[in-house]
Amino acid sequence: MPDTTEEKPKKKFTGLPLRARVIRKLSLIIPLIIMFLVVIMAVFADLSWLGLPNVRLSPHDPDDVVIRDRFLPPAFMDGGKSEYLLGTDKLGRDVLSRIIYGSRISLSISALVISITACIGTVLGIFAGYAGGRIDGFIMRVTDVALSFPGLLMAMLLAVAIQPGYWTVVFALSILGWAPYARLLRGEALKIRDSDFVAQARVCGASPWRIMLRHIFPNVINSLVVMITLSVGMVILAEAVLSFLGIGVPAPTASWGSMVNDGRGYLDTAWWISAFPGIAIGLVVMSGNFLGDWLRDKLDPRLRQL
Amino acid sequence: MSKTILQVEDLHTSFFTRAGEVKAVDGISFHVDERETFGLVGESACGKTVTGLSLLRLLPEPAGRIVGGKIILNGRNILELSKKEMRSVRGKEISMILQDPMTSLNPVYTVGNQIAESIKLHQGLQDDKVTDEVISALRLLKIPAPESRLRDYPFQMSGGMRQRVVGAIAMSCRPNLLIADEPTTALDATIQAQYIALFQDVQRTTNVGILFITHDFGVVAKMCHRVGVMYAGRIVETATTSKIFKDPRHPYTVALINSVPRLEEKDKRLFSIEGQPPSLLNLPPGCRFAARCSQVMDKCREQQPAEIDVGDGHLVSCWRVK
Repeated sequence: MPDTTEEKPKKKFTGLPLRARVIRKLSLIIPLIIMFLVVIMAVFADLSWLGLPNVRLSPHDPDDVVIRDRFLPPAFMDGGKSEYLLGTDKLGRDVLSRIIYGSRISLSISALVISITACIGTVLGIFAGYAGGRIDGFIMRVTDVALSFPGLLMAMLLAVAIQPGYWTVVFALSILGWAPYARLLRGEALKIRDSDFVAQARVCGASPWRIMLRHIFPNVINSLVVMITLSVGMVILAEAVLSFLGIGVPAPTASWGSMVNDGRGYLDTAWWISAFPGIAIGLVVMSGNFLGDWLRDKLDPRLRQL
Repeated sequence: MSKTILQVEDLHTSFFTRAGEVKAVDGISFHVDERETFGLVGESACGKTVTGLSLLRLLPEPAGRIVGGKIILNGRNILELSKKEMRSVRGKEISMILQDPMTSLNPVYTVGNQIAESIKLHQGLQDDKVTDEVISALRLLKIPAPESRLRDYPFQMSGGMRQRVVGAIAMSCRPNLLIADEPTTALDATIQAQYIALFQDVQRTTNVGILFITHDFGVVAKMCHRVGVMYAGRIVETATTSKIFKDPRHPYTVALINSVPRLEEKDKRLFSIEGQPPSLLNLPPGCRFAARCSQVMDKCREQQPAEIDVGDGHLVSCWRVK
C-alpha cells in the first residue's frame, strides 16, 4: 500500500556543524598537517636529486658559514635580519635552512630503521607465534634480552666501537628495535593460529608457510601499522638523542639533535639555536603519537567484525 | 553394494600430557561408504572430534598422536603418507566442516577468494577456470546469485549463508569424504533443517560420503544412514539409524535416546543419565559405562565386553547382549 500520509519535511541528519566537527578532529588534522609539511620540507629542501640544484625550498645553504652574521636573532626580534627567518647559529648558518635539511636526516633514518625493524620483528614474531614450542621459546627469550637491554646504551656502544655516521645510527637503532614488533606480533599470531579459519585452511591442505603468509599476516597488519606510527616518534627522538650526544651523524651535516646540542652553550644568549630544532622534534614526535592513537582507535580489532 | 571410501580399523589416538596418557580414542572401527552418511554420536569429550581430526591427521601437536590402527581412505592407509602427501589429500579427497561458521572464514578475504584457495591448491587451474569452479561450488550449496556473492566479505553475510560458504569451501574440490563436526549446532532450528536438506541434496549430486559428528539424536534421525554411538573413546554400538531407534541394544544407547526431549511427554521430567563419564586418564578395567549403567553386572566391572554382531552389521559391545 502506498504511503498516503502527509510528507514530512525531510530533515537530513548532518551531525554537528562543520566548525564543531573540525574542532573535534583537530587532534587528527594538526598532526596530519605537521607530518605533511615535514615530508615536503625533506623532499623539496633542494631539487638536486632531480638535477636542479638551484631550485630549493631552504633560503640558504645549510652549511654556509657567514661569520659576519653570527648569533643573529630571528627576524621577528630586534636586530634580526629578514633573510634569516629563525636566526643564525654560532657560525652564522641559517637555522631555518638547517632545520629543513635536518628533516631529511630525521625522516630518512626513521624510515630506514622502521622498515628494517618492522620486517625483522614481523617475520620473527609470526614465525614464533605459529611454530610455538621450542622455536617460540628460543625466539622469545632472545626478544626478552633485546627488550631488557638499554637501547640507548647499546647504540652509544656501537657508535663508539664503529665510527659514528649515518649508517651506524641506522644499525644501532635497528639492532634492538625489532624486539617490540616481535613481541606484539607473536601474541597476535598465537591468537590467530588457533582460530577456526586457520584450522579451515589446514583442512583445505594449506602448508604452514601459506598459512603464515596468507592467513596470519593479513590479520596482523592492523597492529603492525599502529606500532609503526607510534615508533616514528620514538626513532626520531632516539636519533636526536644520539646526535645530541655527538655520536650521531657527524658535523657539519645538520640533524635536529645535533642542532640542539650546538646551541646548548648559548641558551641564555641565543636560545633560538636550540629552541627551534627542539620544537621541530617535539611537534613531529607528538604528531606521530597522535596519528598512532587515532589509527589504533580506527583499527581496533574489537570494532571489526570477525 | 556401494564402494567403501573410508575404513577405520582399531584406531587409537592418545594425548600425552604431564598427567599421563589420555586415551581419547581407544580402538574404534567403522566404515563410511560412498553416498552414505555415518553419524558419530556421543556426549561431549567422548572422542568424536578427536576421531575427526585423526582422519585428517590434524591433531594438536605435539601432545596428540595416533598410536595405532589403520585409516584406509580410497584404498590406501593415510597414516603411512608423508606430511606433504597428506596435504594433497586434505581438501581434495577428505574435507571437513567446522562447527562455527562465524569464525571459520577469514575476515580479510572475500568468500570467492577463500573458496578459490582450495581449488588453486589442488587443481592448478587458470584464473578464469577457478572462478567458474568457485561459482559452481556456490551453486552446489544453493547460494543465490553466486556471481555477485563471491565478492562479498564474510561479515556481509548471515550466519546461515556463511555456513553454506563453509560448506562450499569443503566441497570445492569434490572430496570423497566429508567430515562434518557438529555443523548445525550453531544454527537455529529452521536453518538447521534447511541445512540438513541441503546436504542431502549435495550428497545426491556428488556421491560424497559424510562422517557426521553430533550429539543431537534429532539431527541423526534426519541426516544419517548408519550411526555409531561413542562413549569414553570407544564405539559401543553401531547400526543403521532405524535399528538404533527401534531396537537399541546397548544400555547407553537406550539411555541416550531416552534423554531426547519429546513433544508428547511435556509433563514428565526429562530423563538423564546419572553420573559422569570416566576420566580418560584412568579408565576402569571393565566396561566404561559400568559405573552409570542401570543393568550392570559383576562381569561388567572386570572385563571389557567384545563387539558382537547381532545381525545385519548391528554391532554391540555389552555383556548383556547375547
